[in-house]
Amino acid sequence: MSVPGGGAAHPSGDERYGVLDDELGRWDFQPSALLELLHAAQELFGFLPAEVLRYLANRLGLPLAHVQGVASFYNLFTFAPRGQHTCTVCLGTACYVKGAGEILDGLEALRGVPAGQAGGDGTLSVVVARCVGACGAAPAVAFDGQLRGRQGRAAVLARVKAWTGT
Amino acid sequence: MNGERLDEILRREAERRAVTRHRVGVCGAASCHSLGSTEVRAALERGVREAGLEREVEVFGTGCLGLCQAGPLVQVETRGEGSCLYGETGTDAVTRIVRDHLAAGRPVEALRLPSDLPFFTLQRRLILSGSGQLDPERIESCIAAGAYRSLQRVLASWKPGDVVAEVTRSGLRGRGGAGFPTGRKWAAVASAPGGSKVVICNADEGDPGAFMNRSVLEGDPHRVLEGMAIAGYAVGADRGYVYVRGEHPLTIERLRIAIEQAGREGLLGQRLFGSGFDFTIELRIGAGAYVCGEETALIASVEGRRGTPRPRPPYPAQSGLRGLPTLINNVETFANVPAIIEHGGAWLAAIGTEHSKGTKVFALAGSVVRTGLVEVPFGTALRQIVYELGGGIPGGKAFKAAQTGGPSGGCIPARFLDLPVDYEALLEVGSYMGSGGLIILDESSCMVDVAAFFMEFCRDESCGKCVPCRAGTAQLLGLLRKLQQGEGSEADLELLEELGQLLKATSLCGLGQGAPSPVLSTLRWFRDEYLAHVRGHCPAGVCGMRPPAPAPTPSTASAEARP
Repeated sequence: MSVPGGGAAHPSGDERYGVLDDELGRWDFQPSALLELLHAAQELFGFLPAEVLRYLANRLGLPLAHVQGVASFYNLFTFAPRGQHTCTVCLGTACYVKGAGEILDGLEALRGVPAGQAGGDGTLSVVVARCVGACGAAPAVAFDGQLRGRQGRAAVLARVKAWTGT
Repeated sequence: MNGERLDEILRREAERRAVTRHRVGVCGAASCHSLGSTEVRAALERGVREAGLEREVEVFGTGCLGLCQAGPLVQVETRGEGSCLYGETGTDAVTRIVRDHLAAGRPVEALRLPSDLPFFTLQRRLILSGSGQLDPERIESCIAAGAYRSLQRVLASWKPGDVVAEVTRSGLRGRGGAGFPTGRKWAAVASAPGGSKVVICNADEGDPGAFMNRSVLEGDPHRVLEGMAIAGYAVGADRGYVYVRGEHPLTIERLRIAIEQAGREGLLGQRLFGSGFDFTIELRIGAGAYVCGEETALIASVEGRRGTPRPRPPYPAQSGLRGLPTLINNVETFANVPAIIEHGGAWLAAIGTEHSKGTKVFALAGSVVRTGLVEVPFGTALRQIVYELGGGIPGGKAFKAAQTGGPSGGCIPARFLDLPVDYEALLEVGSYMGSGGLIILDESSCMVDVAAFFMEFCRDESCGKCVPCRAGTAQLLGLLRKLQQGEGSEADLELLEELGQLLKATSLCGLGQGAPSPVLSTLRWFRDEYLAHVRGHCPAGVCGMRPPAPAPTPSTASAEARP
């Protein structure tokens, strides 16, 4: 293990690995900090590329299978880049009984693939959230992370179509 | 930290309050945020600056102010005059509030929410007493509201055993769902052999339709940190962890600030209040796995592993985080502790019902006029919560059921509306307290569809470690889908019941054991609806019954199983 932050740069020259090294140092290279490090890596790279998982496994002295196993267990970690825009539909109970299912059906019909799957030209990702806690203003939808309550199918589709230019 | 330092902070805060004429709290919780409260706060800050009122007006972000339905909420507290709550605010409302109320001292009556709404008057806010009143991002504001006084008191003159005895006397039960007596849990950890022990706060609030814990943490984080420190002293632990959902950015941010400020002021750290007691708290962020709400799974996740549960015993009290004796309680449980120390266990024991003491925070949502966060004494009738606090069902529709306890809970039909809500009463009608999600369903909801909604959730969130849960939730969902498509039979209903009982009896953890509850409770109270589906008819018109057709092809079957 090298000195945190002060080691040789990653062979790719990607400076984000340097930032990740600082994080590794902050956690003292403890394998128990794996979740925190995966969060940090995803924040840096936008998703978790295979190369980053390998890098973390190496630095923490963990088998890659363990790192991959942990990362894939949790829903918040993703292994493919997100589309340019992300529409997150909350499917919590309150949103569901207030019609979130219809919003999701509309988006899936628009894209032709189920939520969570890549599709189209990479402009739009549609993801499902378990519950964002905006139950009092259900149904809630987040547009590029901006949470909006009391949404309806038509309004959501219109906003998304403005992104995709369809 | 010593007592004088706390007094000095109090003095400084009193001086600050003396020049502040209006304290303006803007709700920053998810519902208000989703309705534009961030923009409202920015507009207020700009308006106050432009009116030259910065010296006498303080604008800050609060935790949940309660009445989500009327968001974005803004509360103006005027020195010597009490407070005024504004609803459905926007930039126009901000202009009027700044011009009339903050500058000229005349509340804007047209925007004001009546303070005598049953939604407010029927609540008993013990846990939420500071939420909305204090600025959760300034520890001084929380200290002025009494934070850390109970810790100071305990460290000054109580023995650890006294604390456990007081908590036992209060009758407090775990607010995470199962309702285990908190005092007994604390006593078990206190008596567990081992030099090093750990306290964990379970803030992995994953039930869909639940936002109680996050609201407590966002509105009054120091109350929970103080409760954890008192627990640490009682059981002999010097370290604490808060495990919070990764999906809750505001909760994470407020906790980070609170832990940092408490450390800075010496309210967490070494030799607290000049005693020999050390206590530090670290934050751990979850990553979206519902099963991590189960205590052994949560511990695995804190250790940086896959969050899968393990068989108990040994219980975490004997062998928890890294094999150390571990006390793990829910957010709301810890939030009760400072008040128990302040007022005494007997005080809490006098509130509530015979076996459920104190209050419970509920997230009231779904088909109800006034959605929001409410805190009521145990024993409050469901009817009072739905019709008086909640204002009934909107659109002239009929009440159909109250869903409590999330995916491990059940649906309570109208005939039990007079049920006094406590742990035992909910179990008797086949539901479950859970952490406090309360979703009201009206006649437009189909109970088979609701059961399938929760079963799909459980199937997706099953960690896969034990077969009953992994395979059982998939089988149960398949049977429900079959009914929804009009292809079910009465034999399928029996199979649902049989399989449900099997999961309850044989699953490894609460996720699998609780997963059949929504099905079993709806089968019990809404069997007619299931039978209608068997006959090919969905009374609520939710399930798109297909005409008799060839069996679904593999491609349509997989399209059903959306993630």
